[in-house]
Amino acid sequence: MPEHAVQLTQVSKHFGSVVAVDEVSLSIRDGEFFSLLGPSGCGKTTTLRLIAGFELPTRGDIYIGAHLQGETPAYHRPVNTVFQNYALFPHMTIFQNVAFGLEMRRVSKGEVQQSVRQALDMVRLPGIENRKPDQLSGGQQQRVALARALVNRPKVLLLDEPLGALDLKLRKAMQLELKALQHRVGITFVYVTHDQEEALTMSDRIAVMNEGRVLQVGTPEDIYDRPLNRFVADFIGETNFLPGQVKAGRGGDTVVLVDGVLPIHVTAERTVGMNEEVTIAIRPEKISVSAEPTDSRAVPGVVEEVVYTGTDTRYLVRLTDQTIATVRQQNVGARATVSFPIGTRVYLHWQPESARLLTA
Amino acid sequence: MAAQPRSRRESWRLVFLIFPSLFWLVFFFLVPLLFVFAISFGQRGTYGGVEWNLTLENYARFFDPLYLRIFGRTVIIALATTVICLLTGYPLAYFIATRPPRWRNGLVLLLMIPFWTNFLVRTYAWLLLLRDAGLVNMFWTGGLHSVMAQAAAAVPLPIWDPLLQATSAPLPLFGTSGAIIVGLVYAWLPDMVLPCYAAIERLDYSLVEAAQDLYANRLKSFTRVILPLTMPGVVAGSVLVFIPSLGAYVTPDLLGGAKSVMIGNVIYAQFMSARDHPFGSAISFVLMTVMLVGTLIYFRAGTE
Repeated sequence: MPEHAVQLTQVSKHFGSVVAVDEVSLSIRDGEFFSLLGPSGCGKTTTLRLIAGFELPTRGDIYIGAHLQGETPAYHRPVNTVFQNYALFPHMTIFQNVAFGLEMRRVSKGEVQQSVRQALDMVRLPGIENRKPDQLSGGQQQRVALARALVNRPKVLLLDEPLGALDLKLRKAMQLELKALQHRVGITFVYVTHDQEEALTMSDRIAVMNEGRVLQVGTPEDIYDRPLNRFVADFIGETNFLPGQVKAGRGGDTVVLVDGVLPIHVTAERTVGMNEEVTIAIRPEKISVSAEPTDSRAVPGVVEEVVYTGTDTRYLVRLTDQTIATVRQQNVGARATVSFPIGTRVYLHWQPESARLLTA
Repeated sequence: MAAQPRSRRESWRLVFLIFPSLFWLVFFFLVPLLFVFAISFGQRGTYGGVEWNLTLENYARFFDPLYLRIFGRTVIIALATTVICLLTGYPLAYFIATRPPRWRNGLVLLLMIPFWTNFLVRTYAWLLLLRDAGLVNMFWTGGLHSVMAQAAAAVPLPIWDPLLQATSAPLPLFGTSGAIIVGLVYAWLPDMVLPCYAAIERLDYSLVEAAQDLYANRLKSFTRVILPLTMPGVVAGSVLVFIPSLGAYVTPDLLGGAKSVMIGNVIYAQFMSARDHPFGSAISFVLMTVMLVGTLIYFRAGTE
């Protein structure tokens, strides 16, 4: 088993009566790109600050490598942080900013010179040593913040929504660059974000958090294709939720009667009881639309709305139980043609294993 | 699109808005200052008036060792006051600025409350505390002395002798430069605390966390990040304390007695008792020049 870079065991953090982090246990592997994903106020930033040592846990233990941190102050922890607002020292030059950590650890002058230059090369900003932070663009400041942290070769790099302040195009480019950089330096990244797409793009593994708790930990595929509960399915991507009752099967191929009228086939990964209240989650892109039923499992409906978005066409289909299902069809043809106009009677079908059976 | 020329009405409005402060500056600052400047080149008349024969004699007289010594002492007292205010005021400002926001205004208010009392009364209170028959010495030669005398009677040890000796006479508190400094620090401390507080409160605390994240302990985070970034507050506070201390008159007059005189007292004496307005004006101008040059140098050094 690989050594864990960071390990949290039942860590809680209370601010007065507010429970910011609630019994969180995580094992972050060495060299991993690990994301903490959740809506604002879910405790992800507090968790990061606990690892950095800016906050001390109310209960629970934090290990970095093999060392229990306890009340170790931030300046004695082998981690470095890239702050959300970059937190570059405005009164220092870029060189002084990047050299700060090395200087504090009394690295020799010559070595500092060399390391700072390498770090600035690494983030592709050579030759800006003598400038001040306010003379740089947001994207450049972000890279300097990255260089200032990475130059210390930390055991773990903590990143608190580092791309949040950048515009969309730059953010996309930086996502790929960060990922490549992480591969190159081989340092464990713990990345806090509320942007699910960012987390899916960059992470080796993701922990989805809500209300101070970790709801699911897994690879992007796990999180997206096999959400464990309704919150994860809803937060990550787009999902159709169909509430219903189990009518046949106890696991494997199961038939759920949605709203008492609409039988739907799903593959259950666990044993379910007869008449159990469940929710079916199905991604819009896993559903296909046709004019004729392909088999007995096809679900009939009427097209309510058609939205053309360039790469896709989205259909809102009213099912017989009156719920609206969203369906996304990729536009593969040479010409974008709306094949099912509003009011058309259509049939939806999907592989039973594409649908997830969640507890209601 | 070309910028529209400012309309006549708008120009009048500007004049109207600037007028009060302009009027105040010209008639209550600039004109009197020119008066003083002109008088400083005159000569004392036989009956205390001013005779307008252009001379530099008054400025030459200032370089008499007597006045230079007083001026030197004044500068040292003002510097000591500034340093003590800084060393006590900055930590206080830091303390207030790092309390939860709902506490801060209340704490600043507590700092200001003593200043609702008249300045003269507050300085006079120090006189009552520090003079030979004052509260401090009453305790020193009365309470403390008699307790020690009783203790010496009960347990006769040789160490009592020097202690009894020391407490038999009042401490020389009143009429010293020390007393003046105490009075000045007390008077001007808020002028140091408020600008420092404003600077510290504005400081982005994530920069301090960034320093600690980069292995800077508390002391290093302070010297490398907090202090440099709050330097504008320190500079402003120092100037606000140094300048009134340099020109202090009431405090040395009450607490300095006859021995410790500051340049402010000399100027007062020239105008009020010696009735030598030209010399008093000349000293005032030298003092102003020193303040101006000193402040400029300090500001430049502090903002770099």
